[in-house]
Amino acid sequence: MQRNALLKLLKWLKISGVCKMEIKQILMGLNGDEAVAYAIKQVDPDVVAAYPITPQTIIVERFSEYVADGEVHTEFISVESEHSALSACVGAAAAGARAFTATAANGLALMWEILYIAASCRLPIVMAIVNRALSGPINIHPDHSDAMGARDSGWIQIFCENSQEAYDSTIQAWRIAEHPDVQLPVMVCLDGFVLGHTLENVMTLPDEVVKKFIGERKFVTVRNHFGKEVPFILDPENPITIGPLDLYDFYFEHKMQQIHAMENAPRVIEEVGKEYGKISGRTYGLVHPYKLEDAEIAIIGLGSTMGTAKIVVDRLREKGIKVGLLRIRSFRPFPAQQIIEHLKDKKVIGVLDRAASFGAYGGPLFNEVRNAFYDQDVKPLISNYIYGLGGRDMPPQRLMIIFEDLQKIMETKRIEKTVKYIGVRE
Amino acid sequence: MSLEEKLPGWKEIPIGGVPFKPSTEYKTGDWKVFKPVINYEKCTKCMFCHIYCPDGAIKIKEDGFPEPDYDFCKGCGICAEECPVKAIEMVKD
Amino acid sequence: MAEKLTLKDIAKKPDLLMPGHRLCAGCAAGTIVRLALKATRGPVILANATGCLEVATTIFPYSSWKVPWIHNAFENVAATASGIEAAFRAMKKANKGPLAKYEHIDVIAFAGDGGTYDIGFQALSGAFERGHDFLYILYDNEAYMNTGIQRSGGTPRCAWTTTSPAGKVIPGKREWKKPIARIAAEHEIPYVATASIAYPMDFVRKVRKGLEVEGPAFIHVLSPCTRGWRYPPEKTIKIAKLAVETCFFPLWEAEFKEGDIVYTLSSPSERIARKPELKKPIEEYLKLQGRFSHLFRPKKRDDLISEIQRWVDYEWKMILKRCGKL
Repeated sequence: MQRNALLKLLKWLKISGVCKMEIKQILMGLNGDEAVAYAIKQVDPDVVAAYPITPQTIIVERFSEYVADGEVHTEFISVESEHSALSACVGAAAAGARAFTATAANGLALMWEILYIAASCRLPIVMAIVNRALSGPINIHPDHSDAMGARDSGWIQIFCENSQEAYDSTIQAWRIAEHPDVQLPVMVCLDGFVLGHTLENVMTLPDEVVKKFIGERKFVTVRNHFGKEVPFILDPENPITIGPLDLYDFYFEHKMQQIHAMENAPRVIEEVGKEYGKISGRTYGLVHPYKLEDAEIAIIGLGSTMGTAKIVVDRLREKGIKVGLLRIRSFRPFPAQQIIEHLKDKKVIGVLDRAASFGAYGGPLFNEVRNAFYDQDVKPLISNYIYGLGGRDMPPQRLMIIFEDLQKIMETKRIEKTVKYIGVRE
Repeated sequence: MSLEEKLPGWKEIPIGGVPFKPSTEYKTGDWKVFKPVINYEKCTKCMFCHIYCPDGAIKIKEDGFPEPDYDFCKGCGICAEECPVKAIEMVKD
Repeated sequence: MAEKLTLKDIAKKPDLLMPGHRLCAGCAAGTIVRLALKATRGPVILANATGCLEVATTIFPYSSWKVPWIHNAFENVAATASGIEAAFRAMKKANKGPLAKYEHIDVIAFAGDGGTYDIGFQALSGAFERGHDFLYILYDNEAYMNTGIQRSGGTPRCAWTTTSPAGKVIPGKREWKKPIARIAAEHEIPYVATASIAYPMDFVRKVRKGLEVEGPAFIHVLSPCTRGWRYPPEKTIKIAKLAVETCFFPLWEAEFKEGDIVYTLSSPSERIARKPELKKPIEEYLKLQGRFSHLFRPKKRDDLISEIQRWVDYEWKMILKRCGKL
């Protein structure tokens, strides 16, 4: 009886393409938060300093259980605020540890100044952001306003479509952050509740495979103030000073170094994504196209809504309408080149923003996408749809409204109103 | 640093804002107006001048006597004020 | 058990803070850090809050520190130190990682009154509650000196600061000095002490004790500021001494032992407790400092001076009571 069940499972695994690899993955039912917590358990960082905030609480709670059961060697610091959470991670990462934290919305807003400090100190901290609307009024439901507020901080931002990707990206984040050409902190974003609290199928790698993939933390070297080339770590044997005062004579140069590191990041994200694909069967990149090859209409966006949109794309394709979508996985660094490559021959693009930028001409993603196309000789018509603020649901019917609007734009070759708000009551 | 001195570019300095020069290359000694002069006849080698100096600009020599380091002494006068036998005089630099 | 540290031992030890830093001439903070680092017993990692000390010792591309040192932000040195301490513990536990080769690392956090009394208070209290093994040294110059002498929770009553100026109606800061060391002691941490650099060996021994104790330790050391307190720079040590002799800043230790906070007077203050006639009137301390000059000119404000004396006496009595001397 059990043998039959096992054979059925193996057959399923083979069909699903996973069993091409020798690595036996285990199917688990996890919500997004649990997937992140489980990935971190397998990474087994030295320090986790976190403060609970809905909808990230399950990450902290689940991880606390792993600590209490002795399944990880991690020192779990129950800090008294998110600001202290990231501050403790900065201290820990500077002292050579692997440090992780997680937060959402106002927690991210509270640690805002430290985001910039962590990035400028070039510390490979990994943070999970369970996207939630920023107060006020206080709202615990998903939108991207929190991560968007951090887009200039110098962190790499990865947006996940589903819990599987949350698990996979949390593991890859360490390799991206610690790469000697990057040395920047990484935030892995997943939509609150929609992904964070929703049970999904997640294929998990065995512990040894994860450990082998991320390896030991390696350190770049720096020239210290005694003229010695030493590892970039607070080590009494080879002292360095981290966090000096910069005057106008050096700050700009320090920022150029960060800019340069961000320019190296796309290549590293793709390399790591490919390597991960070899061991898991799931390859990741900067952007993920879906049925774009011959599409005339395309939408572009971040996060879980792109997963829902795939169903709408399928339905429209059945009717013969040539639509597709491009999901942006890496928002920072912004993959302008790849977006142009995938979308330049489309007639109409709809940019979906799950955040508003008050006073700006359109949402944050819209601004970056449109900007990317400015230098092209032939440009698609680009229209902006702001949706889902504060957790306003985005079911297929609402997405259909967007596609219908895009079809109208394609027919009339005109955009009536560049920035539209979907799902709000007038 | 003078304005004419060419400063290093972003490719040449360490990442992460790590300083690459010891402060001993910055001679704060030119701040002083008065400098401490020690009368070794009176000095009892109590070493309080070395203890109190905020800049560590008074070293204790092998023989136990203190020696001001004029490269870094800012002329604050704490050593002269605190010397129990008044062996230090602040003299115009 | 603290080994006997003598002046000779201390003088022989090399300075871990190099000269060439840009602290003002006569700044007590320089002396405080030099002495504190001479009291170390092995490898250390330092965390420093934003402030005079941090800024003056690390103006890029220069650094004065011979020990590993990190500056994060203004209000989070206790959290940063918590992270460093936890990192070391984790690596020791797994016997893996770059710091695992050390038997022990002393984590020291330096902060001014700004980064401790006010904006840094939350992180401080949190770190105490979690019981991290680190030493927190507060060098108190009684105002936000680095940004230009603005008042802080540690500024004493009637002191002039730029945000509590002595004006026609209000004579300086209206509020009293927050009893930060007593608050730290009430957190029931293993070791709290107050210190003054006028008694350098007392300070050094307290630092060593703070390092040896397991768990959080807090040392509050007065750091007279020639610029902000308005006195000639050579008087720094004299002012630091008068603060103790007038009982404005009594020296004591508090240890949390067997469920009780045990206070002990340190000998410079213990002398005064035994012979109350040694206690100097607060006026002697106030008249040397320009920040209190409005209490003397154009008209002597005996009402305010006696108010301050009353507060000093009240604090002194409270400490005596806790030390069992009353």
